[in-house]
Amino acid sequence: MAHAAAATAGRAHERGLDVYTQKVGMWIFLCSEVMFFAGLIGSYIVLRFGASDAWGEPGEVLNVPVTAVNTFILICSSVTMVKAFAAAQEGDQKSIKIYTLATAALGALFLGVQGYEYTELILHSEWQGSHGFTPQAGLYGATFFTMTGFHGFHVFLGVVFLSWASIRAFRGHWGPNNYQGLEVLGLYWHFVDLVWIILFTIVYLI
Amino acid sequence: MSDHAGEHKAPNYMLIWLYLFILTVAEVGVAFLPIPKAIIVWSLLIMAFWKALLVAMYYMHMKWEPTRLRLVALAPLPAVAIMIIVIMMEYV
Repeated sequence: MAHAAAATAGRAHERGLDVYTQKVGMWIFLCSEVMFFAGLIGSYIVLRFGASDAWGEPGEVLNVPVTAVNTFILICSSVTMVKAFAAAQEGDQKSIKIYTLATAALGALFLGVQGYEYTELILHSEWQGSHGFTPQAGLYGATFFTMTGFHGFHVFLGVVFLSWASIRAFRGHWGPNNYQGLEVLGLYWHFVDLVWIILFTIVYLI
Repeated sequence: MSDHAGEHKAPNYMLIWLYLFILTVAEVGVAFLPIPKAIIVWSLLIMAFWKALLVAMYYMHMKWEPTRLRLVALAPLPAVAIMIIVIMMEYV
């Protein structure tokens, strides 16, 4: 025991990062997420420059208007998320409930639209003479479904956690003395929004 | 000392939302303009970067976080930059 005490002696007074531990943990996790998506985007650049004939023009097969609306939905969900956090800091219980639930609902709506988009692409689209734009539709299809699919999976996880946060909101869990969980969840959610901003641009518009 | 939240005035989140909305509309508009592809690509990348920066600074509160946390958050970006630049050197 004396050994354990000696091992931590002197560390208690270290300054740290000046923020609470959960937030540090989330940022370090997000750093690893940056590298994860950078790996996907890096591969995408290599494949696209290496075989530019395999890609379509914007709007040729992908439905840009529908995805633009979906992008807007995700941006709106970022606002409701940050509003939920602000409401928690102010102790406005009614707004906490409304905004956490709205964020979860907008996230679920995004997934619904993405599901519709995938269905339309796979079942009702034409690409390079064959029926259906699927993950097997060459490099374009493979990279499209890998990148948007991994992002969609992140949104799905976000919706799960947001549902949990909403249940806690209705139990009166969040408030001026307990907003950290909501802030950390918000960091994850905004990051997912940020990734979508990049993906929407490079996958759909360029 | 240990908690910086609440020390600053809450930013105007709706104004940022408006910026993000306008930039998204502008992006979709630019993508279909009959101008050289290089100009389209560069303007789209600049607008996407601008939007990402708005989200990180205002919604993720990077603007008000202590410098040491900002350094943690920025840590992966040099690695990403090196990777993208080295990849692009192959093609440009």
